[in-house]
Amino acid sequence: MRAYHDLGGLPAGPVERAEHDYALWEKRVDAMLVLLGDKGLMRTDELRRAIEGLGSAAYERMSYYERWLAAIVEIMIERGVVTVDELGRKMAEIEERRDEAL
Amino acid sequence: MSRHFAVGERVRVRQASPPGHVRTPAYARGKDGLVERLCGRFANPEELAYGRLGLPARTLYRVRFAQSELWPDYRGHTSDTVDIEIYEHWLEPAIHA
Amino acid sequence: MHDGHDHPTLPERDEELNRAQITEMALRQLLHEKGVITADELRRQIETMDARTPAQGAAVVARAWTDPAFKARLLADGAAACREAGISTGPFNLVVVENTPEQHNLVVCTLCSCYPRYVLGLPPDWYKSKAYRARAVREPRAVLAEFGTVLADGVAVRVHDSTADMRYLVLPMRPNGTEGWSAPRLAELVTRDSMIGVAPARDP
Repeated sequence: MRAYHDLGGLPAGPVERAEHDYALWEKRVDAMLVLLGDKGLMRTDELRRAIEGLGSAAYERMSYYERWLAAIVEIMIERGVVTVDELGRKMAEIEERRDEAL
Repeated sequence: MSRHFAVGERVRVRQASPPGHVRTPAYARGKDGLVERLCGRFANPEELAYGRLGLPARTLYRVRFAQSELWPDYRGHTSDTVDIEIYEHWLEPAIHA
Repeated sequence: MHDGHDHPTLPERDEELNRAQITEMALRQLLHEKGVITADELRRQIETMDARTPAQGAAVVARAWTDPAFKARLLADGAAACREAGISTGPFNLVVVENTPEQHNLVVCTLCSCYPRYVLGLPPDWYKSKAYRARAVREPRAVLAEFGTVLADGVAVRVHDSTADMRYLVLPMRPNGTEGWSAPRLAELVTRDSMIGVAPARDP
């Protein structure tokens, strides 16, 4: 029984050598993880565990920093740094502001 | 709990598939290799992953595996190897010398 | 298909990506409001990360090529030698593995995407791709060939799977025809890919 992130030795196609410059939001996600780690609020293994818990469909579909973000949010909720309710309200507020701007 | 190994000693990776967060890749489980070096002692990632401290720290080994041990159908050279970092509680003495 | 990339033609993916950006904004603003992470800390961390590029690793490699005592220290304790060269490896130990006429080293992380980011910056997308992670440990010679690297007969391939607390940097072989070159000039031949191990250093 092999977990879906545990890829060593599985059959796969050619290595596509595409690269992209990281977008600002991706850099912010990266920076948030580093800073949360520095402050003792999150461990790399917690990030990995949360990514490993996303489910194989989400793991396949999401981009790298989408996975990180989903995992950081999960751990921040678990640790009580932010609540589900706060996130829900803040996201609604952001979407509303954006809709007004359009 | 687990015994310690010396550089050059032949070890076997435990064959186990626990649920939860583990840093021992599936392809190495049940395989034999030689201890390449001791990396130091580190908090156990299987505990850190759940917000605990992961203490006592575990010895981390680098184990060198022959490719032909990992993949019976390996087509490269017989001297090709893979080095993998493995925590002490995943290692046991290899059965033969 | 490789991970890290999207299908921009699919509206559902656009919606998901859009949602990720809104989630990032919401989390960031909450962390600011709660005083967990300030906007200034975040900006400085991004600048710090942006400043880490393969040029750092290249400087270390070029110094090792020109200074045998430094090379010995680098191979014995990569983190300490990098610190000596003014480069932090953060909380990680750095294992420097040397390519020789007898052996070629290749670095991968099959479980996630561990990479010597303090020394080389953020990894390229292909390093994090399913294909690279799956195949580098099982058919390293085929993967190397896809990168245009064909090894001579008798060269052993040593793959390093970064599964835990070590990070790995390949010390590529110094190209022929560079006798007497200064370290800064040599550093220009040291590519990121040569320090991951998928390619040799550039020829002069």
